[in-house]
Amino acid sequence: MISPTPPIASVIPSVSPEAAIPLRTELRDISKRFGATQAVDSVSLDLRSGEVHALVGENGAGKSTLVKVLAGIYAPDSGSIFLDGQRMVIRGPANARQLGIAVVHQEPSLFPDLSVAENVFLGHQPSGRFGSIAWGSMRTAARRLFEELDVRLDVASPVRGLSMADQQLVEIAKALSVEARVLILDEPTASLSAHEVDRLFAIARQARERGVAVLFVNHRLEEVFELSDRVTVLRDGRRVITADTSDLTTADLVRHMVGRDVTMFPKVATTAGEVLLEARDLTRSDAFMNVSFSVRAGEILGFAGLVGAGRTEIARVLFGIDRADSGEIRLAGQPVRFDSPAAALSNGVAYVPEDRHQEGLVLDFSIASNVSLPILPRLFPRLFVHRETERRLAADYAERLSVRSTGVDQLVGALSGGNQQKVLIAKWLATKPRVLILDEPTRGIDIGAKAEVHRIIADLAASGLAIILISSELPEVLAMSDRILVMHEGRITAELARADATEEQVMFAATGQQAHGDRPTAPVPTVD
Amino acid sequence: MNRVAGLLGRQREASLAAVMVVLGAFVATQAPQFLSASNLSQVTVLASIIAIAAVGEAMVVITRNVDLSVESTIGLVAFLVANALKTHALSTPEAMAAGIGLGLLLGMINGVLVAGFHVPAIVATLGTLSIYRGVDFLLAGGHQVTLGDLPPGYTDPAIASVFGIPLFVLIAIAVVGTTAVVLRQTRFGRQVYAVGSNPVAAATAGIRSGLVVFVVFALCGLLAGLAGVLWGIEFGTINATAANGLVLQVIAAVVVGGVAIFGGSGTVVGAALGALFLALISNALILLDLSQFWLQAIFGGVILAAVSADAALLRRLQRTMAENRSR
Repeated sequence: MISPTPPIASVIPSVSPEAAIPLRTELRDISKRFGATQAVDSVSLDLRSGEVHALVGENGAGKSTLVKVLAGIYAPDSGSIFLDGQRMVIRGPANARQLGIAVVHQEPSLFPDLSVAENVFLGHQPSGRFGSIAWGSMRTAARRLFEELDVRLDVASPVRGLSMADQQLVEIAKALSVEARVLILDEPTASLSAHEVDRLFAIARQARERGVAVLFVNHRLEEVFELSDRVTVLRDGRRVITADTSDLTTADLVRHMVGRDVTMFPKVATTAGEVLLEARDLTRSDAFMNVSFSVRAGEILGFAGLVGAGRTEIARVLFGIDRADSGEIRLAGQPVRFDSPAAALSNGVAYVPEDRHQEGLVLDFSIASNVSLPILPRLFPRLFVHRETERRLAADYAERLSVRSTGVDQLVGALSGGNQQKVLIAKWLATKPRVLILDEPTRGIDIGAKAEVHRIIADLAASGLAIILISSELPEVLAMSDRILVMHEGRITAELARADATEEQVMFAATGQQAHGDRPTAPVPTVD
Repeated sequence: MNRVAGLLGRQREASLAAVMVVLGAFVATQAPQFLSASNLSQVTVLASIIAIAAVGEAMVVITRNVDLSVESTIGLVAFLVANALKTHALSTPEAMAAGIGLGLLLGMINGVLVAGFHVPAIVATLGTLSIYRGVDFLLAGGHQVTLGDLPPGYTDPAIASVFGIPLFVLIAIAVVGTTAVVLRQTRFGRQVYAVGSNPVAAATAGIRSGLVVFVVFALCGLLAGLAGVLWGIEFGTINATAANGLVLQVIAAVVVGGVAIFGGSGTVVGAALGALFLALISNALILLDLSQFWLQAIFGGVILAAVSADAALLRRLQRTMAENRSR
């Protein structure tokens, strides 16, 4: 049973009636598109002075894009921004700051070699005579700021070496160092301890009392209920609802966050064979804890969860890029320990990484050269590369995966995202793996290509590969997987059989709520 | 699209060759002695030595590294080979082989520093640039080995030719040809480009990039050693400052030859042509009686023009790719 704490009224009795609160900041019909993806689609949002407004949604719902539009990092394709009724064009992050919009970004973006005080006042250092930096008053001001935040930090020491949490606090101090009318907290609690979260909430409440509009972007629904006055839910780049938080339940929120059309993926019927890969109590500090699972031949094991839940980190350990601190990996029953990707490859484990451009492909190599790269020694044991062999091999895989190109000599960098993804999969298939780990295999590719990639994955499972599918898209995991593991902050919080899994349950587990594992249809209780 | 990329790759070689023909024709009309056998042979022999060093440097640069120590290697090898011959410590073939071996050893030291200890290449080889040169000074002191100290006929190969082509030019062609085949036709060559083009993807594909980088530095040292031996034969008189400042010409040749300074693309043929091009230009400027100042300025201007052209071409290529992708 989840009972959301009714927030506001008890905490701040002085909240004035709605009509009296001026609309301070308003986003009207904001749209932003990246390539084939409509990241934000005609979203309107008003932020009132003296409220904490929560912005929630799944990965890829458009939260970050919207925040970046308000912070002046992205210019919207269409739509407008009004400050106190005045239409404004935000011309960049510095301009946003001048207009009183302060942002605490998800990932601290500080200068590690500058001192804490310098970081806080970067760009608006107090100046002394002849425009020089008034170091003394800068440090004093920084010290006062941290006192207000009730944080003990040496403002003269460099940021390098501070913990993630302390860096986050420096970010917050930086945001508060300017007189802000809007304070954006973009998933600020991800790296904070419970005590620090409390302190952050106290700060947010203080800001609210001073009349600041606080935009609180978060995955953790209990925190949304604890802190926010109103909440806006985004899904697939569109606004689903804006409501007073006290009018909603956790179940309502989850239902608004999910609930997409699931019919676009092919269902697969596979008969699982023997256990091929097994992990027991795998732990890597700061990444994941006591993770155990197994995957069978012909089975697709889905890993669901939010970004940063530790799924990619597990994949990297399975593939020998990183090493686990403790725990055991068994391949076809035999304990294995890979200390390099080459070792994993020769044992039949392949990993299609999340980031096509950074980790996956050599963009200025041809399709053929990319496909052969992991198997050069196997393909050409005698030192010399035989181009015709390589081209034939690549052409074979390109045809099976229906890669659209002018031929296997075409540079990979010139292909569309979907075709690049297919080349990437081809490259790892050419290693003839027994276990294939796919990390976000359909991110950033268009719907048609997505369906093709899904078909390919289903075919591969049917041909007897054990497949681990990491995906942040709920409908994809639900439609493709035989079993689903849900991760939250480095731990497996739920294991769901395909027949039992619903988007609500996965989202519950992924946001750290209790999963209602025994209720397949998830009629989540309402508290009213 | 494919053609554009192919052109970008091959274009530098073709355009360099074309510019050299035009330049040569122009200089020949202004200063007829340009086409004399002795002038052409002098220009190409010097260019050959730099081209050999540039081939090694090009491989290093393709892997996103740089070797600043080549000139010290050339100088140290040139001196020690000459000195060994002067003191009759080694026979001529032994001394030459030892010189090339020493180059290999010095290159391997660079390779260990960069690939083994992860010292950034520019820092590691800046260090060995000084150290190798320091050793040279230590051993040579203020002395020099002169022509008279060397075995009779030792410097003859510098002016020897086969079917009218200077011997050094043939050696350079053999080096360039072999290396080009290694880079284009072998597994190792493929790995060199992969490591330079996308180190993370190369590692994920199971390539041991550290080993690749080590081998490339070792080969660069080996070729610098060969260049050092040839340098000694060409000049005859060697002291501790031999080949001082040469690394700038070597890197200039690599860059002008179309090797991307951030790694991943370029050919050794281009680097060798770059060396020839720079040698032609300085020869032309001398024949046209331009002052030393102009020589330096035009040299610099050529390098800037080549790199800017690269940047502009790359931007256009990336734009074309991006447009293709968004379709």
